[in-house]
Amino acid sequence: MTTHAGAVHVHEAPTGFFRKYIFSLDHKVIGKQYISLALFSAFVGMFLSLLMRLRLAWPAMKLPFFPDGILPEQYLALVTMHGTIMVFMVLTTAPQSGFGNYFLPIQIGAADMAFPVLNMLSFWTTFLSMVVLMGAFFVTGGAPLGGWTVYTPLSAIGEIAGPGQGLGMTMWVIAIALFCAASLMGAINFIATTLDLRTRGLSLMRMPLTAWSWFITAVISLLAFGVLLSGGILLLLDRTAGTSFFVPGNLVVTEKLIPHKGGSPILWQHLFWFFGHPEVYIAILPGMGLASHVLSTFSRKPIFGYRAMVFAMSAIAFLGFIVWGHHMFVSGMSPYVGMAFSVLTMSIGVPSAIKTFNWLGTLWGGDIKFTTPMLFALGFVSLFVSGGLSGLFLAQTSLDQYLHDTYFVVAHFHLIMGVAAIFGILTGTYFWFPKMFGRMMSEGLGKLHFWLSFVGVYAIFMPMHFIGLAGHPRRYADTSGAAYLQAMDPVHYFMTVAAFITVAAQFIFVANFFWSMFKGKKADINPWQATTLEWSIPSPPPHDNFAGQEPTVYRGAYEFAVPGVKDDYIEQHVPPEQVAKG
Amino acid sequence: MYLTGVSLSLAAILMFFMALASSYIVRKGTGNDWQPIDLPRIMWLNTAILVASSITIEVARRKLIASGDVAAFRNWWAITTALGMLFLGGQIVAWRELAEQGLFLSTNPSSSFFYLLTAAHGAHLLFGLVALLYVALRAAQPAWRRRAIAAEATAVYWHFLDGLWVFLLLLLNFGR
Ligand code: HEM
Ligand SMILES: [Cu+2]
Repeated sequence: MTTHAGAVHVHEAPTGFFRKYIFSLDHKVIGKQYISLALFSAFVGMFLSLLMRLRLAWPAMKLPFFPDGILPEQYLALVTMHGTIMVFMVLTTAPQSGFGNYFLPIQIGAADMAFPVLNMLSFWTTFLSMVVLMGAFFVTGGAPLGGWTVYTPLSAIGEIAGPGQGLGMTMWVIAIALFCAASLMGAINFIATTLDLRTRGLSLMRMPLTAWSWFITAVISLLAFGVLLSGGILLLLDRTAGTSFFVPGNLVVTEKLIPHKGGSPILWQHLFWFFGHPEVYIAILPGMGLASHVLSTFSRKPIFGYRAMVFAMSAIAFLGFIVWGHHMFVSGMSPYVGMAFSVLTMSIGVPSAIKTFNWLGTLWGGDIKFTTPMLFALGFVSLFVSGGLSGLFLAQTSLDQYLHDTYFVVAHFHLIMGVAAIFGILTGTYFWFPKMFGRMMSEGLGKLHFWLSFVGVYAIFMPMHFIGLAGHPRRYADTSGAAYLQAMDPVHYFMTVAAFITVAAQFIFVANFFWSMFKGKKADINPWQATTLEWSIPSPPPHDNFAGQEPTVYRGAYEFAVPGVKDDYIEQHVPPEQVAKG
Repeated sequence: MYLTGVSLSLAAILMFFMALASSYIVRKGTGNDWQPIDLPRIMWLNTAILVASSITIEVARRKLIASGDVAAFRNWWAITTALGMLFLGGQIVAWRELAEQGLFLSTNPSSSFFYLLTAAHGAHLLFGLVALLYVALRAAQPAWRRRAIAAEATAVYWHFLDGLWVFLLLLLNFGR
């Protein structure tokens, strides 16, 4: 493109409170806004999950807000809102829009994102989406019951399908439509920024893998969210305008004939999962980029197979668009189609394995420093492998007939998407905190947080594999009425206790976060002895990042353990003649 | 940079409409209640108008970029804007013709898709029209630095919506 970095959109540092902190155009402020939104959402989501765990362990327990205990339909509302908030407001928001916004421009030597106003708009649209979503709790009928995938036809016919399927579900659809719009704006911004605003010398193949992962994730978002938006609009019309896109004829629900006819419920599944599978990669790719980055930094070794990593991420993004059918093996699809989806799905194992072995190759023989961010990055790799292996089982059509909609699937996606991506977010927080706030987080508390969380999440989610294999369906509010399920109650107690301990451990993180922000040890410019551009500017960075001077990049992002050099690393911006020999 | 941004948005819009078009085909194939509708004749005229507007915007763009002739640019641009409005007006007439036949959004899946696709396209076109008007108004200011890039970006968007419309028309007509 013709324009060049820096010069295009220098905007002065704003002075008023609103322009500075609320309607800010600064990518760093917007990044922090996204991270704050995600942090808040994560705690709401965790709170909901604790209520579910309580219900599963002690079905009759009375709770504040639930004088009669949690009713089965309220349990479904908790499931739906937990899943939706976690997937959209946390996993899609923090790793990409949060850290990406803050660090992508800095890592590529730009003064801001390509379109700052669009950037602000996408944050506030996301915020509005969260407000509408939370609003569903407070309307008549309460929150929707459809699960985060809101399968039709029950999501399309209103409150006859359950109290939350009325207004609450309508709010859900509107919230998600807003979220789609916001994500599309964000994706355009990320891609244009990466393509057009890289500084002198920073070729694509010199970019940090974090920048690559944000870029590829943005491409996935750009192509996926429009499809969900179209599905959302069709669903909204079915719900409010009397159309029949998804509702079949002669449908009888709670002894009432539904007036729609001819629609295809499976169509919703296709639209949803055409978005949904790419979405899981939107959640995990930034974590992959960050894990690569952090493993290399703290092994003091160049990343093993940089090109292969870029290739593997691109391959995952591409394959991610042609495997959605693996969520629909039991929808009655033709066995031949199922076979094709099965083979394609397993082929994603190849780039995933490339990434895993390259991470191990990076660690191999490294001078490993077990800092908190490093521990979380290692935790990420562990969770990714544990969760990925169960994916290969689910990808077999014959096994999935049995495993679909059991706790085995819940175990799979919580390990690989839920907690792996959360570990990615925590890696980013511990790694970049010194840059963002100019102070170090406590290593002692950080390590305590890591070990409790690491053991905790495995304690919660590993047993789910076993009850899933034993045939325990997901989304059941309790086990009453089925003797074979009641035999699994002790496992539920165990997982509930583990969940409480794990959630309690997150408060160590919160305490560490806020304590360090004000009282932590002052961080210097480059506390981790890292190589990329964000470590060449003050902590925290000034308003325009590089004080009006475009940096020049002389080399790739992972120059560690270079022979004949005094330090064991060379930063990207240091001219060759200034590298200290030793 | 602005061109990159606009081109990227086209990719997203394309995915959105492709999803709707696929739903159209699936819904038509799975239900047994589909009743084909005859497109109002005026839609062919509308199409001709939109294609013409694509030509006039291209002339305007070339006048500006190749020969730097701002006056000619502004004239052709104004014609394009007028044609764009005419198209939207014509689409509304088409809607009213259908409504007179008793075909509404929820009458039949075919009419549901008809209204949905034309409305979704119209909404995107309205956005383009706002851009056209904005450039038309600001182009009068001699000191406007971003005239060329704004004109280019708008033209790319407009051509795309033109092509998209032709696709949708063919779908609605031959996919009846
Ligand atoms: C080797 C890679 C993977 C394979 C072979 C695989 C396979 C599968 C299959 C076949 C299912 C459907 C199971 C069912 O519903 O019966 C599934 C569900 C799921 N997977 Fe994966 N997966 C892989 C990686 C991932 C990754 C990387 C993520 C996220 C970051 C992920 C997230 C999910 C989610 C969220 C669901 C369940 C959605 C729901 O029904 O609510 N998977 N996976
Ligand atoms: Cu999937």
